[in-house]
Amino acid sequence: MDIMELLKSLLELDLGGYLQSVGTAVWVINLIGVLNLATACMIIVIFLIWLERKVIARMQDRIGPNRVGGKYGLLQSVADATKLLSKELITPAGVDRIPYNVAPVLIVVASLLTWAVIPLAPGVIGVDLNIAVFFVLAISSVSVVTFLLAGWGSNNKYALLGAFRAVAQMVSYEVPMIVSLLVPILLARSMSTVDIVEAQGIPFIVVVPLSALIFFISALAETGRTPFDLLEADSEIVAGFHIEYSGMKFAMFFLAEFLGTLFMSAFFVVIYLSGYRFFGVEELMIGGLHIGALLGFIVFVVKVFLVYFVFIWIRATLPRVRIDQLLNFNWKFLVPLSLVLLLTVAVMDKLFLADAAQIPKAAVLMVTNIVVGWVTVELLRRRDNDGQTAVSPITEEAVTAH
Amino acid sequence: MLDNWQFIAIFVLFAPLIPGAAIGANWLLSPKKPNRIKQETYECGVEAVGSSWIQFKVQYYIYALVFVVFDIEAVFLFPIAAAYGLLGAFAVVEIVLFVLILVAALAYTWGDGSLEWV
Repeated sequence: MDIMELLKSLLELDLGGYLQSVGTAVWVINLIGVLNLATACMIIVIFLIWLERKVIARMQDRIGPNRVGGKYGLLQSVADATKLLSKELITPAGVDRIPYNVAPVLIVVASLLTWAVIPLAPGVIGVDLNIAVFFVLAISSVSVVTFLLAGWGSNNKYALLGAFRAVAQMVSYEVPMIVSLLVPILLARSMSTVDIVEAQGIPFIVVVPLSALIFFISALAETGRTPFDLLEADSEIVAGFHIEYSGMKFAMFFLAEFLGTLFMSAFFVVIYLSGYRFFGVEELMIGGLHIGALLGFIVFVVKVFLVYFVFIWIRATLPRVRIDQLLNFNWKFLVPLSLVLLLTVAVMDKLFLADAAQIPKAAVLMVTNIVVGWVTVELLRRRDNDGQTAVSPITEEAVTAH
Repeated sequence: MLDNWQFIAIFVLFAPLIPGAAIGANWLLSPKKPNRIKQETYECGVEAVGSSWIQFKVQYYIYALVFVVFDIEAVFLFPIAAAYGLLGAFAVVEIVLFVLILVAALAYTWGDGSLEWV
């Protein structure tokens, strides 16, 4: 019960160690970890919604929220949440009650659970599973099921169309995501997120840039964000699968979307941008205190928000694609490309680079990635020049219509 | 090892409480004045015709079927990738063959026209 010891554990972001030292049961530590993680996620989403609205407004030459909560409208999301809390929960007459009510709860559970395996700082992680990447993929598949539950349960044609689009899109883009994730796992020789971060002396975005690009595009589609927001295309199918929800039930879908996007940013940082590492700053020790843990956490948060900013940037820049373009782009471009990349990296790694030092190996792999990407683009360009697919479906339709 | 999964178990039990509490609070605070018009299905503002639980476009189902092939592939490829350092050159040949079989499946569905949106 030493106060100094408690202070030291707090500074090292390691309350679990303190509790263990005073002999508390492991499950209490786990419970505290869960409470911290879940609460932090909820609070950060409130801030994220404000951030996204503000950034998009700036990009569109508007001011954005600026009334509620001082000069910058910081409390806008809090006000919105309070308003939603007082709205009537309308349940349409024709709904299938069990899937309709389960969906908003399950979607938040799915997007919260994935946070358990994200290493926030050295030694600070919900739980270091040895199959963490697999766990993430498994849990994010649950959200596909919730979309279908919501769409089917609502007994609304628009909701059902939105749900079908969501399932087709998310299921399709999971394939390139899985295959591109195999590349960093192959290089790190582990599925644990901590091991993957530790393996990144050189961030994997430099070593395998093509894999990072494929993952990033798939992540955009998996979270259903612009330009892949067909599942809630408001000009076509009103709001997609959550059209029949009101009040807090609607807010849960909104919450899960933001939480999912933030998670994808964090996962990208962990897998490709070396997580909390930044030129050894995370190992800094001053007077026996592990200051690096705190610095590592700051580095991690900065990186996550940079990636999140790119997500917002893309949302403000690109228009929505059509469903056939979306699925063709996935099955006829991303999937073959990611498979070729996986085979190339696997063969290179085993046959030519088995005994190579870190830097030459990274350089060779980077050049390989760039060559694979360049050859693909060149092949597509040649095919288009031959005029085989130069006619886009839109002009084709226009020609047949007249 | 089991401690790790204990964390996940506690998380799974705890996580539904957050959306549950939010929706519960909403239920307590909100007005409850349902009427027939308000409870109608929201489609275009006119009365909905028929149920939504009918036959749907088969195209979505085909994409799901193709996905299943690749999803099973993932189950086998993840352990191989994680244990890649321990495997010999023979394993590389095996992986290449395994992925090529999948590529053949993709090429077949592609040539079959199953990947065309109609």
